[in-house]
Amino acid sequence: MIVVEKLTKQFNGQVVLNGIDLEVKEGEVVAIIGPSGSGKTTFLRCLNFLETPTSGRIKVGDIEIDSSKPLNQQQGLVRRLRQHVGFVFQNFNLFPHRTALENVIEGPTVVKKMPREAATALGRTLLARVGLAGKEDAYPRRLSGGQQQRVAIARALAMEPEVILFDEPTSALDPELVGEVLATIRSLAEENRTMVIVTHEMSFARDVANRVIFFDKGVIVEQGEAKALFANPREERTKQFLSKFLAH
Amino acid sequence: MEAGFQLALDSAPFLLKGAYFTVILSLGGMFFGLLLGFGLALMRLSRFMLLRGVARVYVSFFRGTPLLVQLFLIYYGLPQVGIELDPIPAAMIGFSLNMAAYACEILRAAIASIERGQWEAAASIGMTRAQTLRRAILPQAMRTALPPLGNSFISLVKDTALAATIQVPELFRQAQLVSARTFEIFTMYLSAALIYWVLASILAHFQNRLEDRVNRHDLES
Repeated sequence: MIVVEKLTKQFNGQVVLNGIDLEVKEGEVVAIIGPSGSGKTTFLRCLNFLETPTSGRIKVGDIEIDSSKPLNQQQGLVRRLRQHVGFVFQNFNLFPHRTALENVIEGPTVVKKMPREAATALGRTLLARVGLAGKEDAYPRRLSGGQQQRVAIARALAMEPEVILFDEPTSALDPELVGEVLATIRSLAEENRTMVIVTHEMSFARDVANRVIFFDKGVIVEQGEAKALFANPREERTKQFLSKFLAH
Repeated sequence: MEAGFQLALDSAPFLLKGAYFTVILSLGGMFFGLLLGFGLALMRLSRFMLLRGVARVYVSFFRGTPLLVQLFLIYYGLPQVGIELDPIPAAMIGFSLNMAAYACEILRAAIASIERGQWEAAASIGMTRAQTLRRAILPQAMRTALPPLGNSFISLVKDTALAATIQVPELFRQAQLVSARTFEIFTMYLSAALIYWVLASILAHFQNRLEDRVNRHDLES
């Protein structure tokens, strides 16, 4: 479903991603963990070109983009890729001037030109799907962080993406609101959706992901089946990182 | 005092005719100024250095020189290079070009104030740059832009008095003419001032209503 080859990213000469290769199969849930500044969020943002990779190839479904060619000339391709790749932001990034329902149907109506009635029906279904039936007409400001993030998930789902990327989806939430968002993501995993999740929620990664990838200093240090990696990390750096979480 | 009141009534048709041109110049200046200003704001935000540079020089010139000088340049200066304009078109062009510079800066700042996450959210569902601007960024930027735009529009209404100096028979010019004839200077300029005040108040009223509209999502649940 996703194939990444030799992806690199430099900011002002500083290497943030140093040749990442990765393949994600259809229906697979991949969690990316690692310390702050390890490049995991940058990697995720490169996958739908919110960051411009310095070099490397990214393939999602049948859309392939070679970032060594100028991206300006591949804008159409990038937009097409983004329609197939949902993205859920740490800070939700809902459109504050639109209601929950309007946020969800924005993509289908504006980008996919879906008729308004069909989009509205889809939007209502998706809001119900994330446990927000009855909140259709609420503006984001009136919703809790957890509710906003679930609207954002519904907005991503509305494009019927082949893959959904989550960038630390619970990091901006009050602790008591984390559970409802994780439960929503977990239920998506149970539908065998292809997802890549950057997260600091270790027990969530262990329980929900099929595979866990440990990032540090712009490279993949270690990866493996989720439960096995948490139980028996091989690399010293992974052990050191995980010990902070597994101690309690 | 009674005589003054009578004079004000008698001269009302002259002043209202002047007010008509004042309104025309104001509305025209707002409309074309906003249109051109929006174009300039997009240029300022463009990826291309040349476009950014042109817009920056434009704004710098039209904000950095007196409006009166700009009007003289257009009405008295351009004929020397073969472009002759009637007073009203000359004034309309002058006010539009000047307003565009201010509108550009207001709109550019308002657009820049929208956090990057909004652009990214729109991009993440596959929107084009134009769709993003129209659907996500501008509706939010207008909230920020409306109060300063309203200020500039009200300034414009008052600045149209400068058109008197290039032969436009607008409100201030008419008041000058009547007062020169009758020597009721105080009455005439007071009448003119009151009419400017009414016009500015009407504008302020519409501005407030528009602000309420764009802020709706803050107020309702």
